[in-house]
Amino acid sequence: MNGIEVNNVSKNFGDTLALNQVSLNFEPNKIYGLLGRNGAGKSTLLNIITNRLFPDDGTVTIEGLIGTENDVAQKKVYMMSEKNLYPKSMTCQEVFKWSKLFYPNFDLEYATKISNQFGLGLHKKIRTLSTGFSSIFKIVIALSVNTPYVLFDEPVLGLDANHREMFYKMLIEKYSDASFTAIISTHLIEEVATILEHVMIIKNGEILINDSCESLLSSGYTVSGTAQQIDAFILEKVVIATDTLGGLKTATVMGNIDKDIVPLGLEITGLDLQRFFIKLTNEE
Amino acid sequence: MQINFEDERPIFIQIAEGIEDGILTGGFAENGQIPSITELSVNYKINPATALKGISLLVDEGIIFKKRGVGMFVAPGSVSKLRAKRKRSFFEHYIKKLVAEAKKLEITSEEILGMIERGYKE
Repeated sequence: MNGIEVNNVSKNFGDTLALNQVSLNFEPNKIYGLLGRNGAGKSTLLNIITNRLFPDDGTVTIEGLIGTENDVAQKKVYMMSEKNLYPKSMTCQEVFKWSKLFYPNFDLEYATKISNQFGLGLHKKIRTLSTGFSSIFKIVIALSVNTPYVLFDEPVLGLDANHREMFYKMLIEKYSDASFTAIISTHLIEEVATILEHVMIIKNGEILINDSCESLLSSGYTVSGTAQQIDAFILEKVVIATDTLGGLKTATVMGNIDKDIVPLGLEITGLDLQRFFIKLTNEE
Repeated sequence: MQINFEDERPIFIQIAEGIEDGILTGGFAENGQIPSITELSVNYKINPATALKGISLLVDEGIIFKKRGVGMFVAPGSVSKLRAKRKRSFFEHYIKKLVAEAKKLEITSEEILGMIERGYKE
């Protein structure tokens, strides 16, 4: 079997249920978004896939191999974690060299090239890196390891807008060059939405949405106009959010729209993903 | 060309229309090469599968053709083909919107005609 399969995985921390019977399939050569609010279970799931945590229940298989305590399976996966797990006294370059020992396909030349593009000093010690450069340092490794599966846990933490843009572009370039499976866990949905092929939204340890990005985006729309018009228009429609500003109103509506029946004066735009996401993951 | 996420049109359609615009304005000449899927996806920060889907639309319509191992090119005759296609949708896309806005502003059809003539002269 290809890809990473997560079968009925549950995980408790004390009396907190972090993952509740989660089943997912990550296919080869696709870019996935794992979206959820802080504490939704994103990192727990990634940590279980990469065998840093044991599930209480369920299994993970990587290309058909059981992922738990299995070096052959785990060598196929690299995870860039939110935490920095590298020895603090090492320099970036030393870590790159060590990485090549663990991941034989690690591309030192590429790592050096993109470090320079980011402005990351190769001779800097890990402990001296700022939050932003600490993320960049981990991004460089993740983009250079050349494993079939690369997991990014909150990759753009502390990165400024320029560096975020650079990261997304490098990721696409890398992916076009030689396809791999990228799983990006983030709560910044707007920023990554165009890159993702498939979206998984997780809330309280359960998967709420598991769908292609395109069908998710076409599952709803935003309509704006005068409050009176909007109120009439959204009658008997599935409305997930409305905003009123004086006599004007904007509504996020689920479902398809027949453009021929849109009354004059109403403006239709695409689904507001961020609003959709906030609404979906809000605690009731 | 701009990719607008808020747009109601799916991104692959926006890519296809952006390339069409480039051909119509002469940015991409007939028989000339257009950017590769990688260049498009990196430049617009979109998934390569999305870019491919947009380009495939144009390939299916005979606007773009692929030369294996070389790249993608604008087919001869594309400009007139695209003009004809855009003319067909001109009423839907532009006139309807224009009239809707004009009605909102209580502009009469005579006034619009006057403005259109002025527009052509400027």
